[in-house]
Amino acid sequence: MSDKKFPDAIDAKEFMYQLRRYQKGSVSRRHFLGVTGLGVATAVMASAVPGLGRSGKAWAASDIGDRVSIATWPNYYNPENYEQFTKMTGADVRISVFGSNEEMLAKLQAGGTGWDVIVPTNYTISTYVELDLFQPLDLARLPNFEESAYIARFIEPGTVGGKVYAVPKNWGTTGFVINRDKLTMTVDSWKTFWDVTRGEASSRVMVHDYQLTTIGNALKYFGYSFNSVDPGELADAEKLLIDSKPHLFAISSDYQPSMRSTDAWMSIAWTGDGLQLHRDMPQIDYVLGKEGGELWSDFYAIPKSAPHLDAAYAFIDFLLDPEVNAKEVAVHGYPSPDNRTTALLPEEMTSDPIMYPAKELLDPLEFGAAVTLTDPLRAEIMARFKSA
Amino acid sequence: MAARSALERRGARLTALLLLPTTLWFLVLLIMPLTVVLVFSFGERAPFGGYQAAFTLEQYANLPARLTAFTNTLTLAPLGTFLCLVIAYPLAYYLAVKAGARVKLLLLILVIVPFWTSFLIRTYAWIFILGGGGIPRLLDFIGFEDVRIINTPLAVLIGIVYGYLPLMIFPIYVSLEKLDKRLLEASSDLGGTPLRTFLQVTLPLSLPGLVTGSLLVFILLMGEYLIPALLGGCKVYFVGNALVDLFLQSRNWPFGSAVAIALVVIMLVAIAIYLAAVGRERTRSDTSLV
Repeated sequence: MSDKKFPDAIDAKEFMYQLRRYQKGSVSRRHFLGVTGLGVATAVMASAVPGLGRSGKAWAASDIGDRVSIATWPNYYNPENYEQFTKMTGADVRISVFGSNEEMLAKLQAGGTGWDVIVPTNYTISTYVELDLFQPLDLARLPNFEESAYIARFIEPGTVGGKVYAVPKNWGTTGFVINRDKLTMTVDSWKTFWDVTRGEASSRVMVHDYQLTTIGNALKYFGYSFNSVDPGELADAEKLLIDSKPHLFAISSDYQPSMRSTDAWMSIAWTGDGLQLHRDMPQIDYVLGKEGGELWSDFYAIPKSAPHLDAAYAFIDFLLDPEVNAKEVAVHGYPSPDNRTTALLPEEMTSDPIMYPAKELLDPLEFGAAVTLTDPLRAEIMARFKSA
Repeated sequence: MAARSALERRGARLTALLLLPTTLWFLVLLIMPLTVVLVFSFGERAPFGGYQAAFTLEQYANLPARLTAFTNTLTLAPLGTFLCLVIAYPLAYYLAVKAGARVKLLLLILVIVPFWTSFLIRTYAWIFILGGGGIPRLLDFIGFEDVRIINTPLAVLIGIVYGYLPLMIFPIYVSLEKLDKRLLEASSDLGGTPLRTFLQVTLPLSLPGLVTGSLLVFILLMGEYLIPALLGGCKVYFVGNALVDLFLQSRNWPFGSAVAIALVVIMLVAIAIYLAAVGRERTRSDTSLV
């Protein structure tokens, strides 16, 4: 553009003229940033922000396109981080929020999503790879991913057939939230959860619109595995679900609004929602069923069909930066499997029993199994339960 | 035949040309997708979800598993249409026959303005209005304790009437607007009571608008998905919700296709019965007018 390091300052009129040209598409974004000096300003700003302008981060000032599109979960990011990414790179972050892994998979299978980054859960990754929907990650483009810094069991599902397809985002548990102002009896297991649902808490309970957790925790009532696909065990779970349906307030994975308005008193819940609710309303507890339940980890992956590959890598690497990651965790309350990130968290978070449950509560938990995603019976039971 | 002029032939070609976009539209966006759905409905679910070729009637045999969805839809869609009709007619009548120019404009604007906000957002707002902190709280003040509205059929019905009312108002309004007021005077001059005038003059003449409005609302309601999902909490489950689940959760395209075909067939039969009944009524009132 010019051989000077900083282009001459331009006056307002010239700036507006260039902006119009850019808006009309007469000039490229790169040209616009160059002549107006905004590109350099962005680069300078990026290098001034600690932890972001390290060497090798060519993306901060390079042209990665005007957007990056991510498919993720409700209440699962820090808006400030996403805004900062846009400020630094010029790429607008488009967010699609989902209630179940099944829905993400269905959309990706159907095609034409335009997603650059997707947040799948551990048990789904092998299926995505088998269906040829993910691309193996070029780890050279993710310098912030340092394998040794992570808790091993939470990153293992990201590797399929020796290739890394997904890098870890957060881990957590699936338990339930309970409003202690309304329900004072002992509820510490899935057995009591379902019994209270059909008793004192009738018409005030929510379950996820999600086969894995709703069927899984109905299976736990009988002491079966969370991941069972045995037709006999599933038949028991279906009977329990259909018996309980008249006693439910709603079937939805978006349970925070109803818990906050106290329309609902109890709901199957994930770690971060438990933490967010408890933080704002201390009478809401987060409980892990003592029979067990789900332990999970979520990942960042790039679909084969990603239209903005550079932006996808830049975005994931940005979010894996421990400082950025710590700001994510501080807002959503889901623990990070990255020890570098955990080290940056305040004491009150790292000692929080919702985020880091006691060992005897963690031990009986199971990772979701790949078979539950594709098992036709589990899918059909969930659908029958909803249409009952 | 052979004597057809060049002009006529050119006219025919022009007509064909002008109809081409419509024909293509129907072919690509209606006939082809419908054929695909029909073919899928005889297939099998692939191991990882989706469709795999087969010829089986198994999907149709499974339809009773979604019986509640069909009964919910077939109760609440006609009921919602009827409520819309009962509420929309007096308003449309007032707008077209009674209201002065300024009031009419104001009311029409009030009917249209909500369309400027997304339907999703307006329906989401009803979650809070009908939830524990909304209307039930107000009712609690005047002594009705523990009233539950959200996630009940009533909530879905309220959402339906709220969302679909304008679609009923406008067709009726347009047909009443064209009504020749002198006919009303004639009827009253000839000794007709207001009620008789309404039943024998106004109502039959507004029938086209009424039929259009009801069909518009009914057809859209049969495929409704958003209102039951948001205001019914999956406890009032429509065929639309069953379809979404079958395609997005179970990824069982063949069964979803069979449910879709069943819905189309039921809708066609219902509309045929409705139109036949209206047609008979219209012939009867036409003769009585003469």
